[in-house]
Amino acid sequence: MDKFTSHTGVGVPLKRSNVDTDQIIPAVYLKRVTRSGFEDGLFAAWRNDPEFVLNNPIYSAGTVLVAGPDFGTGSSREHAVWALQNYGFKVVISSRFGDIFRGNSGKAGLLTALVDEKVVQALWDYLDDNPGGQITVDLDAKTVTTPGGEVADSFDIDDYTRWRLLEGLDDIGITLSHESDIATYEGSRPAWKPATL
Amino acid sequence: MGRTLSEKVWDEHVVRSTPGEPDLLYIDLHLIHEVTSPQAFDGLRLAGRPVRRPDLTLATEDHNVPTVDWDKPIADPVSRTQVETLRKNAAEFGVRLHPLGDENQGIVHVVGPQLGLTQPGMTIVCGDSHTSTHGAFGAIAFGIGTSEVEHVLATQTLPQAKPKTMAVTVNGSLPEGVSAKDLILTLIAKTGTGGGQGYIVEYRGQAIRELSMEARMTICNMSIEWGAKAGLIAPDQTTFDYIEGRPEAPKGADWDAAVAHWKTLVTDEDAVFDRELVLDAAEVTPFVTWGTNPGQGAPLGAAVPAPEDFDNPQDRVAAEKALAYMGLEAGTPLRDIKVDTVFIGSCTNGRIEDLRAAAAVLEGRKVDEHTRLLVVPGSVKVRLQAQDEGLDVIFKEAGGEWRGAGCSMCLGMNPDTLEPGERSASTSNRNFEGRQGKGGRTHLVSPLVAAATAVRGTLSSPADLAPVGADA
Ligand code: SF4
Repeated sequence: MDKFTSHTGVGVPLKRSNVDTDQIIPAVYLKRVTRSGFEDGLFAAWRNDPEFVLNNPIYSAGTVLVAGPDFGTGSSREHAVWALQNYGFKVVISSRFGDIFRGNSGKAGLLTALVDEKVVQALWDYLDDNPGGQITVDLDAKTVTTPGGEVADSFDIDDYTRWRLLEGLDDIGITLSHESDIATYEGSRPAWKPATL
Repeated sequence: MGRTLSEKVWDEHVVRSTPGEPDLLYIDLHLIHEVTSPQAFDGLRLAGRPVRRPDLTLATEDHNVPTVDWDKPIADPVSRTQVETLRKNAAEFGVRLHPLGDENQGIVHVVGPQLGLTQPGMTIVCGDSHTSTHGAFGAIAFGIGTSEVEHVLATQTLPQAKPKTMAVTVNGSLPEGVSAKDLILTLIAKTGTGGGQGYIVEYRGQAIRELSMEARMTICNMSIEWGAKAGLIAPDQTTFDYIEGRPEAPKGADWDAAVAHWKTLVTDEDAVFDRELVLDAAEVTPFVTWGTNPGQGAPLGAAVPAPEDFDNPQDRVAAEKALAYMGLEAGTPLRDIKVDTVFIGSCTNGRIEDLRAAAAVLEGRKVDEHTRLLVVPGSVKVRLQAQDEGLDVIFKEAGGEWRGAGCSMCLGMNPDTLEPGERSASTSNRNFEGRQGKGGRTHLVSPLVAAATAVRGTLSSPADLAPVGADA
C-alpha cells in the first residue's frame, strides 16, 4: 500500500444519497478472479446515462469523489472499494459512510473523509462554479481545501486508520513490519518439519 | 499448571505476543485450492509481494473439477477460469500444484495426510472450513478467508486471538457396525450446531484412541459442523504408524527427532479445559440427519420428529421449516424414507477405509433399481488404491458409478448435483438447503449406512440387509 499524506485531484460531485454497494458495483460484476478490472462495473446502472457525472469528459480524470450521505451502505463486498480504486479514485468525501465499506476502505488504502453535510454542499457548489476543479485532501492536517480557498474545512477519520494510511500499512504491511520476529522464529524451526518443495 | 495439547501447539507457534493484541502465529503448512485463492494471489501481485514460503505451501484442484472426462477441458467456463487461474498463479509464484490428471490430485484434506505432509504439532490453514480434518494428527488446523489466505501467502503468519479449550471425552468402545460418522453426528445432534463456538476441541477417551487415523479425520472434519474453531486428537502410535514411510514424512534421524517431540504433545494431567463434555460410546447407534442442518439428526431406528418435540421455540421453528423443505412427515420411520441418490465421497468419508467399508456391504449385492449410487474417491491415490483392491469392480457390479477424484456432489459446484426435490443419502458433512443442488434434499450418513441404503433404496444399515445369496 502506498503512503498517503496529501492528495490533490479533480473532484467529482455525486449528488445522490444512499449509494449502496450494489449501486457501486452490482453482483454480476463480482465473478472476476482478480482484484483489478472492477472499474467496468463501477456505478454500472448509471453509466449508460449520458447525463451521469462520470460520462462528462471534464470528470474523466476524477480522483476525489464527493458523495451524498450514507455512501457505501449494504453488503460487505470488498469489490466496492476495489471498483472505486480501479477506476482511479483516491478519496471519497461524504457526511456519512456505511460501516463495513469504511472499514474495507481503510484496509485497502482508499481514504474516506467524513465531513459535515454543509462541507459536501460547499464542495458541490464549488464544483458547479468550477467544473473539473481540484480538491486537496491533506491527511496529515485532516483538512479539505480548494485552490481558491472556496472551501477550507476539516474532516474526521479514526487515529488508527489515519496512522496506517500515513505509513502506507495494510494488515499485511503491519505484520511485515515485524519481519525480524518472523525471521527469528523461522531460524528456530526444527529441520524435520515438512516442506512441499 | 499443566497445559492442554492445543495450548502446547499454540505456544510453539507464537511469533509475537503483545497484551491486548491477537498473537501472531506461524503457519507450518498452507493448503490452497482454486476457489478461494485467486483474489489473494492478485492482491500479492498488486502489492508487488512474493509468496514468503512457497516451500510451506501446496495447491490442488478439487472443488470445481469434473469427476468424468477429467482429461478434457472443463466445460463450465467459470470453473475452467478458476482452475486455469490457479495453474497460472502456482507457476508464477512457484507453488507446488497437483492439477487434474496428477496422481496426487484430490480433495485438499485428503491429499495433505496422504502425502505425509500433515503431522502432529503443526499449524495448518486453508481457505476452506473443513481444514479441521488435519487436527486428527494433533495439529491445530482451521479454515480462513481469502484476505487471510493473502496474509499467509505474504507473511507465513496469521494474527489470531487464542480460542478457549474444550475436551470431549468418549468413554467405552463403539459397538460393532457403528462408525466414527455416527459418533460425530450424535455429538452434533446433542450439542447443536453452535455447541463448539469459540473452542478448540480435543477429542479423547477410549473410543477415540481405538479409532483408525481415517476415522479420526472424520471426527475432526465435522468439528466445524458444531461450530468449533478446530478439533484435534493427541498423536499416538496409531498416528506415527500412519505417517511413517509416506513421501513427505521425516526419515532416519529426523524421524526419531520428530517422534520424540510428538510424544510430548499430550494434555498434561493437571491441565484445565474451559469446558468438558462426556459421551458413552456404547450408546451410539447408526445415526442419520432428517433436517437441513447437521444437528438435526436421530438414530436410524427412530422416526422423523415433530416440531412439538422440541422445547426451544427456535428449534421448533427450525424443525418445521426443515420438514417442509425435506418433504417429510413427522412420525415417519427414518427407515421408510426413500432415497434417489447415494453419494459416497467427500473429505469426511472419501478415503480408502470408507470405500472398503462401503464395498464390503455392496459385495454380491445390487443397488436398488430406483436408486443411483455415485462413488467419488477423495483423491486419485484413493481411486488407484481402490482399483488395486478391486473395489471399483464391486461398486460397478452392484450397479454404482465409479468416478474421478474431487469434492463432487458434496457441494455441487461441478456437474454432479441433485435435481430439485431429489433426495440423497450422502457421506458428506453438510445438509444445508440446496447444498447438493437447488431444491435437493440431503440426509447425512456413514459409508456403511450409505451402502445399505443404496441396496434397499430406503435409509438402512447393513443389519437390515438379507444375507448375501438369500432371496431379497
Ligand atoms: S469435500 Fe466438501 S466439505 Fe470437503 S473440501 Fe470439498 S466441498 Fe468442502
